[in-house]
Amino acid sequence: MEEIKLQIKDLNVFFGEKQVLHQISLNIPANKVTAIIGPSGCGKSTLLRSINRMNDFFEGMKVEGEIIFDGKNVYAEGVDPVIVRRRIGMVFQMPNPFPKSIFENVAYGLRIQGWRNKKAIEEQVIKSLQAAALWDEVKDRLYSSAFDLSGGQQQRLCIARAIAVEPEILLMDEPASALDPIATARVEELIRSLIEKYTIVLVTHNMQEAARSSDYTAFLLLGRLIEFGPTNQIFTKPQKKETEDYLTGRFG
Amino acid sequence: MIKEEGLKRRYLVQNIWFAIFWLSMILIAAVLGLILYFILARGIKVINWEFLTAIPRRGMTEGGIFPAIVGTFYLVLGSIVVSLPLGVFSAIYLTEYASSDSPAVKAIRTAIHCLAGVPSVVFGLFGLAVFVKILGFGVSVLSGSLTLGIMSLPVVITSVEEALKAVPLSFREASLALGANRWTTIWRVVLPSSLPGILTGLILSVGRAAGETAPIMFTAAVFYARRLPQSIFDPVMALPYHIYGLMTEGTRPDKQVPLAYGTAVVLILLVIAVDFIAIYLRGKSRRTRKW
Amino acid sequence: MLFLVAFSSLFFLIGIVVILFVEGLPVFAHVSLSQFLFGKRWYPTSSPPQFGALPLILGSLLVTGGGLLFAVPLGLFAGIFLAELCPPRGREVMKPIIELLADIPSVVYGFFGVVVIAPFVRDLLSLSTGLTAFTAALILGIMAVPSIVSVIEDTLTSVPRSYKEASFALGATHWETLRRAILPAASSGIGAAIVLGAGRIIGETMAVLMVAGGAPVIPKSFFQPVRTLTATIAVEMGEASVGSPHYHSLFSLAIVLFLFTLVLNILVENLIPGGRRRVR
Repeated sequence: MEEIKLQIKDLNVFFGEKQVLHQISLNIPANKVTAIIGPSGCGKSTLLRSINRMNDFFEGMKVEGEIIFDGKNVYAEGVDPVIVRRRIGMVFQMPNPFPKSIFENVAYGLRIQGWRNKKAIEEQVIKSLQAAALWDEVKDRLYSSAFDLSGGQQQRLCIARAIAVEPEILLMDEPASALDPIATARVEELIRSLIEKYTIVLVTHNMQEAARSSDYTAFLLLGRLIEFGPTNQIFTKPQKKETEDYLTGRFG
Repeated sequence: MIKEEGLKRRYLVQNIWFAIFWLSMILIAAVLGLILYFILARGIKVINWEFLTAIPRRGMTEGGIFPAIVGTFYLVLGSIVVSLPLGVFSAIYLTEYASSDSPAVKAIRTAIHCLAGVPSVVFGLFGLAVFVKILGFGVSVLSGSLTLGIMSLPVVITSVEEALKAVPLSFREASLALGANRWTTIWRVVLPSSLPGILTGLILSVGRAAGETAPIMFTAAVFYARRLPQSIFDPVMALPYHIYGLMTEGTRPDKQVPLAYGTAVVLILLVIAVDFIAIYLRGKSRRTRKW
Repeated sequence: MLFLVAFSSLFFLIGIVVILFVEGLPVFAHVSLSQFLFGKRWYPTSSPPQFGALPLILGSLLVTGGGLLFAVPLGLFAGIFLAELCPPRGREVMKPIIELLADIPSVVYGFFGVVVIAPFVRDLLSLSTGLTAFTAALILGIMAVPSIVSVIEDTLTSVPRSYKEASFALGATHWETLRRAILPAASSGIGAAIVLGAGRIIGETMAVLMVAGGAPVIPKSFFQPVRTLTATIAVEMGEASVGSPHYHSLFSLAIVLFLFTLVLNILVENLIPGGRRRVR
């Protein structure tokens, strides 16, 4: 098996009294797309947001277990979530560009990191927009508002913004769910092209999308990991009954 | 995990700014504490039963502030009589009847915002010209109440509106579905459900009206009245104007400043009481509200 | 009937405008508009009377500008604190403090200014009097803080959560998120807060009347007595006989004042879309 980028070990997550994730253990392979599927409310998004510690903002959230990234538990004492989030980027369900120009959106993370050199910033912005397959569409209007873009373009802009700071992992929370089919296809295509440089974890409720874009698939049900394996195996020869029931549409 | 370049500096900057934010809040609390401390510490010893129940004597150098308390009470009561019906009906119209983007509603809203921004002294001039002079009410409780009532209108309308909006649409629909007409629905269902909110707004406007000076100084208040007002056409003494008078019209500051302290204490305690009642009501309606 | 009552605010607003102009314009039989606006002498009771309102207008502007100097940073920072840093329980303590500060009557602020702040300022800066534009600005600044704080807090809490998430997910610290994502997105609300604060200060009467010192001369320094439009109206209306040029001139001052607040209002209206605005 290939290199493991991220290792989730016995992860339990609680919101107050309620336990939303139970004993999740999962190895995310490097430079692959790992899809997390499951019915809504199964804890997919919570799992994803646990990886870059975006759940920290919820009052009463408690985490047990480990998420090992680069040899260290991201929840270990002394680990700064700011660094974790810089190295593990995230794309959200709804495109959420800042109310700034297209250029400034992509440059945001760079400025945060203390980039001052105008030339270097410009180069990195262009590179990121190209990598996000958006450059050709926006090169003539870099300084117009990001809100002028279509939904699909906005989502690709958010991907460009995320990869501008050169993270190692990209977490994507149903990135195409708010988009029309054509825009979805472009984003899926983009996801495939990104695995050369990035490890991608993709949450989706759309099974076709998981089947099309992912190399590995994890199936979550009621906060528990039911099954994990290569995508074509999960979709063609699921080992567990629950997985089969879900894939054949018996619930969810 | 690798140490990121410059992260220490970034946190230093954050800590400095956050310290400034904390300090600003502490400073604001300290300013309030300072105001309360200075006035209460020096004024509280002036206050006794006689101070609250006697009339001023010896050219305002001795005695109490009873007429000013009574005057302020009348003025506040009068202002409510003016602002409450106007405010409640305006708010009902704005929330229950008109569609929110009709030109009429837009005009009314703009007017409310403008009226809220009009300086209090301008209300005083308006009251002077219209009620005192043109309508011939003279410098009186009536003129002052009308002026104060108009001035509190924006606050009353806004708070009643908020209270009405907090009543769920389903209440209205349930009532309408039972065959009640619109007016019955508002009168029997919406208004009672929003009563705590309306009361809160009313109490806040009372606090505001009790402390206003500029609108009543030409319309209602006199520095010294020989007797309590006998009718709504009599002028009155009022707490805020009394403080101003003691500080500016006096010949014996050594005796009058302590009286001003005492009056300021009464006014501050009134405001504190009003605020606490409002907070209590708000908390209560939040706790007991089941929807 | 209900329909008519609903228009009462509009009716009163128009009434105020009409009265101000009806009672204010007659003064221009005695003084030209440019003399009124740019004349440097305000001696309404000398003979012949002089109605140069410039010192009063400048006095109002000076005190307003000075007041904002105190109120804006304090209000902005405290608003940020309440919206971003304050734990919920702390907010339950701080909100009543802010509200109380807003509800203390202006005459009490004036009184506090006269008996505590003015002597302090006088001794600190060894001036001949502590009743100066500076003292007034300080007091009025404090008075404007609550309205600025509450507008800032409302604005910041209404910034979409997604901006914050996006920024944090890019590895920004809390401060960087505030500085680069939240505050820029809230800029028009912050502008509105400042304008509302300015409106509060310029219309303030009793405190400024008691604290500013009351000299109707063009201010040359921040540390000398000044007289504002509001204070002039309040102090002179008592002695002006009805129908006299002096009486009318005070209404003209009110027109100037009203126009100032109208401009500020229009500014706010453009900064915050209508329905979201709260009247306090």
